[in-house]
Amino acid sequence: MKGLFVSPSPHRSSNASTARIMLMVIISLVPAAAAGCVFFGPRAALVLAMCIACCIIFEALCRIVMKREQTVGDLSAVVTGLLLGMNLPATVPFYIPVIGSFVAIVVIKQLFGGIGQNFANPAIAARIVLMLSFTGQMSGWVKPYWYTSVVDAETSATPLAASWLNYTENGAAYKMAPFTLSEMFFGETGGCIGETCAAALIVGGLFLIFTKIISPATPLAFIGSFALLTLLYTGSAVETVYGVLAGGLLIGAFFMATDYATTPLTMWGKIIFGIGCGLITFIIRSFGSYPEGVSFSILLMNLLTPYIDRLTKTLPLGAKKPVKGGNA
Amino acid sequence: MSKLNGIKLHHNKNTRDCETADFPLPRSVVIPMSQHMGAPCKCIVKKGDTVAVGQKIGDTDAFMSAPVHSSVSGTVTDIEQFLLANGAVCEAAVIETDGLQTVCPDITVPEITDKQSLIAAVRESGLTGLGGAGFPTHIKLNFDAVKTPIDTLVINAAECEPYITSDYRELMESSSDIIEGILLVQKYCGIPLCKVCIEDNKPDAIKLMQQKTADIKSIDIVTLPSSYPQGAEKVIIFSATNRIVAEGELPANQGVMVMNVSTVASIYRYTQNGMPLVERRITIDGNAVTKNAGNYFVPIGTRVSELLAYCGAEGAKKVLYGGPMMGICLYDTDQPVVKNNNAILAFKEGKLPETTACIRCGRCVRTCPLNLMPVLIESAYNAEDIEDLKRLKVTLCMNCGCCSYACPAHRPLAEINQLAKAMIPRK
Repeated sequence: MKGLFVSPSPHRSSNASTARIMLMVIISLVPAAAAGCVFFGPRAALVLAMCIACCIIFEALCRIVMKREQTVGDLSAVVTGLLLGMNLPATVPFYIPVIGSFVAIVVIKQLFGGIGQNFANPAIAARIVLMLSFTGQMSGWVKPYWYTSVVDAETSATPLAASWLNYTENGAAYKMAPFTLSEMFFGETGGCIGETCAAALIVGGLFLIFTKIISPATPLAFIGSFALLTLLYTGSAVETVYGVLAGGLLIGAFFMATDYATTPLTMWGKIIFGIGCGLITFIIRSFGSYPEGVSFSILLMNLLTPYIDRLTKTLPLGAKKPVKGGNA
Repeated sequence: MSKLNGIKLHHNKNTRDCETADFPLPRSVVIPMSQHMGAPCKCIVKKGDTVAVGQKIGDTDAFMSAPVHSSVSGTVTDIEQFLLANGAVCEAAVIETDGLQTVCPDITVPEITDKQSLIAAVRESGLTGLGGAGFPTHIKLNFDAVKTPIDTLVINAAECEPYITSDYRELMESSSDIIEGILLVQKYCGIPLCKVCIEDNKPDAIKLMQQKTADIKSIDIVTLPSSYPQGAEKVIIFSATNRIVAEGELPANQGVMVMNVSTVASIYRYTQNGMPLVERRITIDGNAVTKNAGNYFVPIGTRVSELLAYCGAEGAKKVLYGGPMMGICLYDTDQPVVKNNNAILAFKEGKLPETTACIRCGRCVRTCPLNLMPVLIESAYNAEDIEDLKRLKVTLCMNCGCCSYACPAHRPLAEINQLAKAMIPRK
């Protein structure tokens, strides 16, 4: 009998695929995105939809123009679009999602070779470009349920920008947080569409950890190091928990600092990456002129990833001398 | 560290309860002179000769080799140059059977009095590792007891490849041969302890062996978790003894000898009846098999096409020597069953999913039992960076295929590792 199919072993493959992994990430982001749509209304849903649509279109166009195989089916552009949208305030003008998607997909992802080749997280880089270029448009924070109000939209400071109320009672000085921890946990605060609902983000993050899509090392190291530094610096457990729940820390730690392409490969690499992110976020939030530092911390650590990979190569079983140096 | 990385596979041990049957004698057999790791034998019969079962038909003076015997009685009709499935070309004797299965008169029960006579007998039996690699067994037994004393004999009954149940049937049907074989090797090679390692998906075999060895202090039955590649030599040594065979070392350097369960039973059988390795137990299975899937004693040299016809697998698109993880594809079913085949698997589908871009998910790193980094090896290979390939220790790769299996982008990482190994110049 001839005409047999011949190939090198193994002759089995797992049912894992890039598209399946991306689909799991999308599912894990749905609770937080849905919470954002409930708090910030139809306009939030529209911004998310625009980001996803623009990312898909830019991805498909890039592949056509570059005469490369079409990769839009791997759903990675959907993940980028969703993450980008979740990192925008609901009130952004509609050219913002277009520009953001262009930066994320065309500049950051495709010009560097497409999926797996980008040096920085596309959604993070796009958010930073938008924040620096369109600071006003990117700061249109509104209160949750603003869309149900008959009067003009009420603006609201984000948990990180709002100031704590200082007061004294019986001679002792107290500080009161602008939002209660319950409001922070369930996301009834001002902020980007997808970053406010901590509960939904934790559910999504745990889903990714339990389905082994992401390793718990990065989120634990990131949140843990940030919380420890904040606790040491402020000496206040309330302020620490507040800081963890506020801003983009959870969405960053679970969904953006765990991006495969731009973070280290090994467990120790992931831990170093997470600690670096926690440290930089703490420094920017506590001493910098920006209220938020998560995006910058992840971007900076993205740049260090090749070096971290080089330092944290695994030691092969029985290898005679430790493996050092070389190109990661 | 107590456990090496690996993957969970569907076991597909469909034939586990199929008792071994004799495969019908084929009309003719083709017996290659290279069925083992090492130098091929030289054919010592010529066209027209009459041969009998167990008659030696190939031998060599080379150290690393094992003689070849006829599995049938009949007439040598041709000595041809044969292209093996692994790509090597060697001599092969084509023998037409007379159906009588006359046993060669030279066959005598060997007299074993010491290590050297055991080694000589095992060499004459033509025995090679029956688990897959085909390492000549007499060379394994001939270790230097002064330089590399061995304290533990590890019997590999993990059978971690899906589908294959031939070692399981050996355990269930020939447990006494196994135990006698172990005691024989322990006695003459002076190995105080033996660990029989069985994966936990074979509870009946574990129970049986525990009962049979209850009174034998020198034999331990070790239950290992079912995890691929539990049966790989370095992995099973680590799992059984917690010892690591370092780069460039042999198991003997760590005081361990690993032997397949069917091999050790065959040593005992040879010492009882003097019949060399002329038939072996193999599993025939796979989704292209429509009838008679099971375990068979098959004469060495039986063409795979006869097996497939017997099992209604003529429509197969892919036929493997061995399991789906490390098995070799047959390019043609006129290939024969050889000493180190433990299974012939026939599948309806041949192609694997299309390869897409690496997303650096790290699954290849997390599944590698040897902690290699296939993702970095692939980049170094593409860059032809030989120094980096050396640093990444690609030479340690045993081609178990976990990385390729786990890769969501379906990249042929195990294959690239082998190509990368070949890129490193040998000194």
